[in-house]
Amino acid sequence: MMLINNIIKPKTINQNTLVIFGSILVALSFLDVVLLSVFNINLTGSSSGISFFVPLFIGFIGLYYIRFEHTNYKFINTINKNLNSDWFNSILTLLSVFILLKFIPIILNWFIFDANFVGTTKEECTGDGACWIFINVWLKRFTYGLYPDSETWRINLAFILLIFTIGVAYFSKPKIRTYIILFLLFVFPFIALNLISGDVAGLTYVETDVWGGLALTLIVSIFAIIFCFPLGVFLAMGRRSELPVIRYFSVGFIELWRGVPLITVLFMAANMFPLFLPEDIFLDKLIRCIIGIILFEAAYMAEVVRGGLQSLPKGQYEAAKSIGMGYWRMHLLVILPQALKIVIPGIANTFIALFKDTPLIFIVGLLELIGMIDLAKTNPKWLGFATEGYVFAALVYFIFCYSMSRYSQRLEKRLSTER
Amino acid sequence: MSNAIIQLKDVNKWFGEFQVLKDISLLVNQKEKIVICGPSGSGKSTLIRCINRLEEHQEGSIVVDGNEISDSTKNIEKIRAEVGMVFQQFNLFPHLSILDNCTLAPIWVKKMPKKQAEELAMENLTRVQITDQANKFPGQLSGGQQQRAAIARALCMEPKIMLFDEPTSALDPEMIKEVLDVMVDLAKGGMTMIVVTHEMGFAKEVADNMIFMDEGRIVEKAKTKDFFDNPKSDRTKLFLSQIL
Repeated sequence: MMLINNIIKPKTINQNTLVIFGSILVALSFLDVVLLSVFNINLTGSSSGISFFVPLFIGFIGLYYIRFEHTNYKFINTINKNLNSDWFNSILTLLSVFILLKFIPIILNWFIFDANFVGTTKEECTGDGACWIFINVWLKRFTYGLYPDSETWRINLAFILLIFTIGVAYFSKPKIRTYIILFLLFVFPFIALNLISGDVAGLTYVETDVWGGLALTLIVSIFAIIFCFPLGVFLAMGRRSELPVIRYFSVGFIELWRGVPLITVLFMAANMFPLFLPEDIFLDKLIRCIIGIILFEAAYMAEVVRGGLQSLPKGQYEAAKSIGMGYWRMHLLVILPQALKIVIPGIANTFIALFKDTPLIFIVGLLELIGMIDLAKTNPKWLGFATEGYVFAALVYFIFCYSMSRYSQRLEKRLSTER
Repeated sequence: MSNAIIQLKDVNKWFGEFQVLKDISLLVNQKEKIVICGPSGSGKSTLIRCINRLEEHQEGSIVVDGNEISDSTKNIEKIRAEVGMVFQQFNLFPHLSILDNCTLAPIWVKKMPKKQAEELAMENLTRVQITDQANKFPGQLSGGQQQRAAIARALCMEPKIMLFDEPTSALDPEMIKEVLDVMVDLAKGGMTMIVVTHEMGFAKEVADNMIFMDEGRIVEKAKTKDFFDNPKSDRTKLFLSQIL
């Protein structure tokens, strides 16, 4: 009777023994799942449908015995507090760990252990996992599109210059940094554009039709981000203007561009817009598309910024006016710095959405990263590698979007003036 | 008439159908201190907000230091640069340090060199006794300190006139005194001041003239001593009996 009682109601005196016993049970349950999922060894002999049941039962008992209010092991205290606070949570914990243990090996196998990395042809992909040879062979195309191989140094140079200038700005004094940033925003993009398109300073002309891959993704998004932001700010201010002409223009612009899908905007930019231009004016298709994206995203940006403007108390406007500031000084020095700080998350949101919208330029035949992957996966020599291609694209996109997100969070923290 | 720095003549103002100011006429001389009191909704805040055109009046004329307040933008900014204003809610700029709050307008509106603006700011921060808070942000200061910083910010434009719109109404009782002390000091320095407040102790100490407003009208204007000792109108008597 005593024994049964001791088993059902663990006593604190026995806690050291019980914690070790419980830990062993939990470890056993994990081991069973790992053996089953990685090596396909079925220790418990249970049928596959309920293969989680036995380890779940063992683990449940194990967690029951280590659930003391205070043990000598810091690690176990943490587990008890966060993952093992009652029987229900212990089951959830076990199930989550089991699911991870079951699927991580499968994913790792596909990505690494069963994958092929080295080679140049489809036939060398012999494993069951991913065929990274596909990515490897096509990497140049994914990066530069159909840009001539002999000229890709120009794209490299443009991006190296960009990164180098950002680096210089990062380490220079605030006053010089302002100038470098202005240069980066309003001069550098055009230098880079000329460098990449050529036809100046002895560089051969490269038509925008062959631009593509990740380089094109970045060119389109950088231009769109740089120009949609100020335009959005102006539209937001315009929508709150007291002058009816400006206000109605802004409202009309925002509602019009927000009301149509980006894909139709791009289609019209590429195919219909030239019909309205005089014959002697030629605007490149890529530039027309970028302008379309800028106008489209500016409408979204305007509404984000307007949210920030409206969240400021009226007193801020009055205080700025009362010390003699006019409309522009008031906005530049007092209102916008505060409003934009408030809407940093919304701005980052819009930029990330913009970045992920760039693949839509495929509609007018421009092939950025996703477009190039689509092209590669339909190549007769390389049929059947869509998964690898899209997983690769997902990784690349994630890296860029996550960086933007982290940067915006850092900016938010740095600009915070709360105590 | 000629040495009145502020002249209001038959000023009328409506918020929609509701008339907030009714035939207000008022002369304020240089270095004069006027305290305006009255029940809430009587139009006293609206009156002083009309003087630097945070509110527009629809009828009558307002002349500040020789400039008539009209629709012309340039004119308004010029007048505002000469008229300092202190708000009930302080309205400091939360994204700037106290020092930057004070130097912002001198640098960008008056085009003063940064160094000179900072010296001026420190001078005024010393005057309101918060020199040690210069590099903090408004959110880190107490209400009383914020209001004193707001006074310093207004003084940095070296205004000829200071308007105070219930400067102590949003403060804890123990902080009211520190703000009033600064205002008394300012008054003794010879500043032209129009103060909307319920602090009658301050009024008795500082004001040359008292104005009592009710329902958009100036009910009574009198020398401070007369105003408190024998108010003429019954409405004023009633108000004073409740507030004193």
